[in-house]
Amino acid sequence: MIWWIIKRDLLLAMRRRSDVLTTLFFFIRVVSLFPLGVGPEASLLRVMASGVLWVAALLASMLSLGRIFSSDYADGTLEQMLLSPVSLPALVTGKTISHWLVTGVPLVLMAPVLGIQYDLPMEALKVLTLSLLLGTPVLSLIGAIGAALTLGLRGGGVLISILVLPLYIPVLIFGAGAVEASTAGMGSGAHFSILGAFLLVSIVFSPWATAASLRISMG
Amino acid sequence: MTINWFKYASPASFYFLAGRMIPYFSIAAIIFLIVGLYIAFFSAPTDFQQGEAYRIIFVHVPAAWMSMFLYLVMAFWAGIGLAFTTRLSSMVASAIAPTGAMFAFLALWTGAWWGKPMWGTWWVWDARLTSELILFFLYIGFMSLQAAIDDPRRADKAGAVIALVGVVNVPIIYFSVQWWNTLHQGASVSLVQSPKMATAMLSGMLIMALAAWMYSIVTILIRTRLIILERERHTAWVSELKEGVLE
Repeated sequence: MIWWIIKRDLLLAMRRRSDVLTTLFFFIRVVSLFPLGVGPEASLLRVMASGVLWVAALLASMLSLGRIFSSDYADGTLEQMLLSPVSLPALVTGKTISHWLVTGVPLVLMAPVLGIQYDLPMEALKVLTLSLLLGTPVLSLIGAIGAALTLGLRGGGVLISILVLPLYIPVLIFGAGAVEASTAGMGSGAHFSILGAFLLVSIVFSPWATAASLRISMG
Repeated sequence: MTINWFKYASPASFYFLAGRMIPYFSIAAIIFLIVGLYIAFFSAPTDFQQGEAYRIIFVHVPAAWMSMFLYLVMAFWAGIGLAFTTRLSSMVASAIAPTGAMFAFLALWTGAWWGKPMWGTWWVWDARLTSELILFFLYIGFMSLQAAIDDPRRADKAGAVIALVGVVNVPIIYFSVQWWNTLHQGASVSLVQSPKMATAMLSGMLIMALAAWMYSIVTILIRTRLIILERERHTAWVSELKEGVLE
């Protein structure tokens, strides 16, 4: 069931590739704006890199959240899915995974390239990519709850950011912290453990909360 | 005699119960406020380190306590409303949110006023300040979600989900912010007070906290009554109330 949903959503995303690319390019743009704003000193950029990349990833993932459910909602598919006898949490899990595959994975792959622009050393690039790999699924999982709650509301886009951004803060702290800890020579193992814990907890809880929110939003 | 515990779960009977309770809690709030402010300004001694400026503690600490406590109460009632579909619980939850947000804002604002003379800065990225700010954001999120939804039942349930998700997150946010702060070593100032407080200071603070409690109860009851009237405006008992039949 989950596979079927993932396959379907990926196929839909591939048919409309511009959506995927818009998120990725948004990420790249935001990251490239910072050196223009604060100046090109490599020492300054190296300190900021992890924070800037993580905040940009947060924003990019958040901006694409609306897409998890909105097109299915608009053409009535979502209603049929709710009526179908399959488990709604499983269905929601599939949609969340495909959201991560479409928006999260490109960001993870792009991050090391942008990190080079910020003059990050090799070790830090690895840690950054790994932290994004662990952290971006959490963003999709938490964001799915917000997307389900704001489905079909006026001003949904701004509303979702108000709802979801405070909940993203722990992920941001430990994701960006992992890179900092590794450059400070403290090792990033603890940060990865906590990011992994966030991931596991949100895998367990988010599909249920999202399914409940969808039921509420669809009446 | 059997007591019908669910009698006041009905908005119509709670409306009148709240109406009868408001005067008592208002009087209690005023008394506690007067006593508390008297202790705060006249009876509590001047702090030998912080001088007179420390007296903002009498507003700041109760406000911070209330903002945290009210979030839990709000999530509790919202959760009850979601689980048992009791309309009144959800109404109380949405009545709590503005008061909680007000206290969170007050705690941040008075904290800035306290920080300026004490630390020489309006704001530091201290763990407690940051988590209070995030708590304020959570309140705003809850209120704006409910405001965006026209159907009140959907607004109640959606608000409940986000309040409960927030409750799960509050400890996580608090500890991550704390750890983030100790990692950064950013603020050299500490909020930790000298361990012993003068009794007058402590009692003043506790009485002000009681005043804040009473004030919250009064505003929440008033707001709940308004929400009840607004939602039940098409019912028979409200139109009877309007015509002056019911007292």
